[in-house]
Amino acid sequence: MDNKLDSVIKELQEKFSEIKVSEQQVVTVPVEQLTSFMQMLKDEYYMDFLTNVTAVDYPSDKNQNGEEDDEEDKGTMEVIYNVNSITEGYTLMVKTSVARQNPKLPSMFSVWGGAHFQEREVFDLLGIIFTDHPDLKRILLDDSFKGYPLRKDFQWVGGRK
Amino acid sequence: MLRTETYTVNFGPQHPATHGVFRVMLNLDGERIVKAEPVCGYLHRGVEKLAENRTYQQVIPYTDRLDYLAAGLQNQGYVETIEKLMEIEVPDRAEYLRIITAELSRIASHVLFVGVYALDIGAFTGFLLCFRERERILDLMEELTGSRMTYSYARIGGVAADAPEGWLDRVEKVVNDLPYYFDIYDDLISGNEIFQARTKYVGYLSAESAVDYSLSGPTLRGSGIDYDLRKAKPYSIYDRFNFEVPLGENGDCFDRYFCRILEMRQSVYILQQAIEQIRETDGPIMAKVPKVLKPPKGEAYHEIESSKGILGYYVVSDGSNKPYRVHVRRPSFVNLGFLDEMCRGGLVADLVAILGSIDIVLGEVDC
Repeated sequence: MDNKLDSVIKELQEKFSEIKVSEQQVVTVPVEQLTSFMQMLKDEYYMDFLTNVTAVDYPSDKNQNGEEDDEEDKGTMEVIYNVNSITEGYTLMVKTSVARQNPKLPSMFSVWGGAHFQEREVFDLLGIIFTDHPDLKRILLDDSFKGYPLRKDFQWVGGRK
Repeated sequence: MLRTETYTVNFGPQHPATHGVFRVMLNLDGERIVKAEPVCGYLHRGVEKLAENRTYQQVIPYTDRLDYLAAGLQNQGYVETIEKLMEIEVPDRAEYLRIITAELSRIASHVLFVGVYALDIGAFTGFLLCFRERERILDLMEELTGSRMTYSYARIGGVAADAPEGWLDRVEKVVNDLPYYFDIYDDLISGNEIFQARTKYVGYLSAESAVDYSLSGPTLRGSGIDYDLRKAKPYSIYDRFNFEVPLGENGDCFDRYFCRILEMRQSVYILQQAIEQIRETDGPIMAKVPKVLKPPKGEAYHEIESSKGILGYYVVSDGSNKPYRVHVRRPSFVNLGFLDEMCRGGLVADLVAILGSIDIVLGEVDC
């Protein structure tokens, strides 16, 4: 694909031994290293533009049938960041995963201001908590809404199946 | 000594200048804005959740209803994402038809913006004037797709139908007429003293904060950042056309407005080249795509330059005929993130000018 991006990923792999890189050049970073990893992307690799933040719910098989959560739930949620570089022209997808039972990770607001609205949206629809976010509250749904609709075990009343 | 207290005023949700159902909670100190908190979600339909219970093709009409002013672009973004996921190659003729509908959509959206923005500022004539040109574009689109605004024209692997006989000639005629109308806008609106007084040096947005807050589209380019995905990361067949990316200098409301006028002129230029090239391109308009779409397990993120900014789709497939997850990165939504800071210290009357210059569509903000 992109030669410049290849060398960037190689350098990153040397600096962060725990990251994994897939064939499609998707980088998976452990939650503990996320902030320092992102800060480095911005400071040293000119990744100045955070385009997209989203998350996907991957419950364990049992939970997909809408059964109650139990303590040993192995399900995870993946948070996805798409970062572009305006000056260098390349783009990178960064992923991290958090436990479904306790979905918490640091906010990227200190790195990119653009995380503000999009993290609120992820919190609103999937219930993932971004610590240190300046104003984490519901953004699309009503404040009194119960549950997180984009979780796979969300049950709604009526409607077309 | 006079002691003043701040007070709260609700701007919207039922207010025509919010362009839909959108509310801004204003904290005012006299006429000055202390804080402007955007409140959205009044039009939230849960498109992302609905998509999880639809087949891949059934999602296309939902994308129409995001940015319903430029549905051609929304369709294009979604189908290109699925094509990226399935590695489908689209025939040339279909690509050209997509570009033509996308650029016509972009012009229709920008023309409406110019009219509505003039109305926001208080010029009713501009509003009516711009609807005339938009109508001509919508007539063309109706002839091609059967619908004035919700086209669902792009399909996974191609487009729904080939252009009817003589359609390209009619598009060419309208496209060639458009620059004349843009001159009228410049005379009537851009050059208007009152309009300039209301928009110049209002709602200043620095290049640094525009990038930091992930703003995109003419809102970003109005601050002088050269970032248009059609040029920066050419998708579809945009690398075959010559065009420029217009930029603003001051990052004020007027520059954001004027960027769009210049962008329309570039779209006309792209359309003229596309029409010329499609005439020499024959062939199928659909790739060989199975009736039941089952993309391989995996994910794809793809973004295009919509009329409002960067429109991205993130799709996860679990191997079945329905998407596991669809996420839309809506430019209008992300662009709203900086509204508060742009308004601070300004006058209440400037809020309308600033909000209008971001050009939001509530169908897209609330998704």
